[in-house]
Amino acid sequence: MTTVLPGTPSDTPAGAGPGTGADAGPDAAPRAPMDAEAAARAYGPAFDAAVAADERIEPRDWMPDAYRATLVRQIAQHAHSEIIGMQPEANWITRAPSLRRKAILMAKVQDEAGHGLYLYSAAETLGASRDDLLDKLHSGRQRYSSIFNYPTLTWADVGAIGWLVDGAAITNQVPLCRCSYGPYARAMVRVCKEESFHQRQGYELLLELSRGTEAQHAMAQDAVDRWWWPSLMMFGPPDDESAHSAQSMEWKIKRHSNDELRQRFVDICVPQAEALGLTLPDPDLKWNEEQGRWDFGAIDWDEFKAVLKGDGPCNEQRLTQRRTAHEEGAWVREAAAAHAARKQARTATEREGAMAR
Amino acid sequence: MNGTDSTGGEGGATRTGGWPLWEVFVRSRRGLSHTHAGSLHAPDAEMALRNARDLYTRRSEGVSLWVVPSAAITASSPDEKDPFFEPAADKPYRHPTFYEVPEGVRNL
Amino acid sequence: MSDATTTPRPGTRTGTDTAPAPRTTAGAIPEPEPGTLAAAELALADDALVLSQRLGQWAGHAPVLEEEVALANIALDLLGQARTLYSGLGDEDALAFLREERAFRNCQLVEQPNGDFAATIVRQLFFSTYQELLYGQLTTHPLATKAVREVAYHRDHAEHWTLRLGDGTTESHDRTQRAVDGLWRHTGELFQPLPELDVDWSALRADWDTRVADVLTRATLRVPEGAQGHGWKAGGGRQGLHTESFGRLLAEMQHLHRSHPGATW
Repeated sequence: MTTVLPGTPSDTPAGAGPGTGADAGPDAAPRAPMDAEAAARAYGPAFDAAVAADERIEPRDWMPDAYRATLVRQIAQHAHSEIIGMQPEANWITRAPSLRRKAILMAKVQDEAGHGLYLYSAAETLGASRDDLLDKLHSGRQRYSSIFNYPTLTWADVGAIGWLVDGAAITNQVPLCRCSYGPYARAMVRVCKEESFHQRQGYELLLELSRGTEAQHAMAQDAVDRWWWPSLMMFGPPDDESAHSAQSMEWKIKRHSNDELRQRFVDICVPQAEALGLTLPDPDLKWNEEQGRWDFGAIDWDEFKAVLKGDGPCNEQRLTQRRTAHEEGAWVREAAAAHAARKQARTATEREGAMAR
Repeated sequence: MNGTDSTGGEGGATRTGGWPLWEVFVRSRRGLSHTHAGSLHAPDAEMALRNARDLYTRRSEGVSLWVVPSAAITASSPDEKDPFFEPAADKPYRHPTFYEVPEGVRNL
Repeated sequence: MSDATTTPRPGTRTGTDTAPAPRTTAGAIPEPEPGTLAAAELALADDALVLSQRLGQWAGHAPVLEEEVALANIALDLLGQARTLYSGLGDEDALAFLREERAFRNCQLVEQPNGDFAATIVRQLFFSTYQELLYGQLTTHPLATKAVREVAYHRDHAEHWTLRLGDGTTESHDRTQRAVDGLWRHTGELFQPLPELDVDWSALRADWDTRVADVLTRATLRVPEGAQGHGWKAGGGRQGLHTESFGRLLAEMQHLHRSHPGATW
């Protein structure tokens, strides 16, 4: 419907959500002149009830501004992580040591671009525009996962990323398939389905190295030594320090706490490492019979904060490559837009001509 | 974005080099209808179709694709839910379960 | 290739105890007799591998995300073609990683550096049009049915982009024209007959000329004058003579594999 029915206040409070690119889709939240407080009074209860009943919130439903902002921030950060995350692995495409591995890696990096696209689409249903989100990434106003600020120094790093980084990501993402916001949940279903091969290929790659020559085994161990702790940091700060966690859990954007997910991940990894014949670099790792879980050592949160702040080994490099690709691609995007506009104009002229006759 | 709940797309570039948004529908196999799969950006319909093929059917998920400019879609608003969809709820006689059939009568 | 007999740790294989003798060492890859079908297939496989390698360099650098996906699709198709052909000739990894530069039979067009997006697209237009016509004629070859569909899509992708870039902005037009002019000299080599392939080479060439000229004209681009190879005519890839950047491409591709002789991955 293009008009608002008489008597019904229209959908969303003015000014909710950023960007509102004119290229937002049919799902994108509409704007209407209604004062935010009145809207919250009118629609808040329905929203709360839907979340409580585990129903999905859809793009054109009323939602609190903070819910929208939280989602845009989280989905954008997730999308940015996918596309920045292409870089450390793409670093090895041209050097993959067998054609089979080359094909697998290429397909995986391609999937990451695809996942970025699904996620940007989901963010666009909230009224954000991809251009705007990319600007924010490029100017450092939005973040991506810190894990990608570590370098891939050897071929084994490709395996460690698949096993540990994708493993941690999957542990995080599986609950997101039930997130209260419909488009995000649906994007995550697709992502999780496609990612199931990512972790396995990494594990298989490491297994092959671990069982290979001494040099290969050492390469695998070295990679696990370097990636283990940063992977644990991927779950975010401990629960008592996590700024957004409580509200996100209440909104069912998030279903489990950072520490819960981190523990789940450690418990999954320990036996997997053993089967690999590799050790996890944590002398404090111990089975806790009473709790039925693995206790692990203290995480270096200073390192986490430093990398988050921009002082990781690759922050500058990753962002520069992303910016350069975007800037160097500007003429291509402009050319395609100019061509499309010209074609549209030609079609219009032809149509007018035909009508004049 | 315009002020009403129409879709707001412009069908053309919105910024220098910005490409409009398209909605993608995939028929996953013959005999099924097209289902909404997601969206993407493209400068024109040809490229939207190709991007959709690359993005949404990488794992042989489809046998046919539609792309539609997001701006061309007119959607109902959630606030119209009641006037739009509720009137249908009180017409149970549209459903076969409404009718009583004597026991033993078949093929009805 | 995976060694099925690997045993779990402990007991890593070392260079001396359980490691199998390297299947192949550099320089010892048997070369197909010149003029045989195998030699022709090797050339086609090398074309596909080398272009796939070049396209793989785009990952993370494409002008727009949708194009990351598209270029990777093309690269994956080509890599698949190369693997099918190599596997019919011997060990695919030995053929890819252990041959020296002079043993590669790919045409020089596919090894040309990516340049800007226009150069990549024009290179793809030239090569995919060639591949489509070639595989279209090779109806009885086991690879042909699958490959011809794949390369038709590659050609279509390159064709649409050529139209957009040629008939886009002044900048894109100029860049594309430069790419056409720069790469043109490498197209003559495509029509050097590969013996034992059931192909009518002069028909292939005529079709290629017509199709490419048609696309360029529609894209408001100028078709370079004269035979391919105006000025200095490039060629020699099929005989193992390559351009300067090719050595570096191979060094990058082969280095890791060669650093661990006999290892499996």
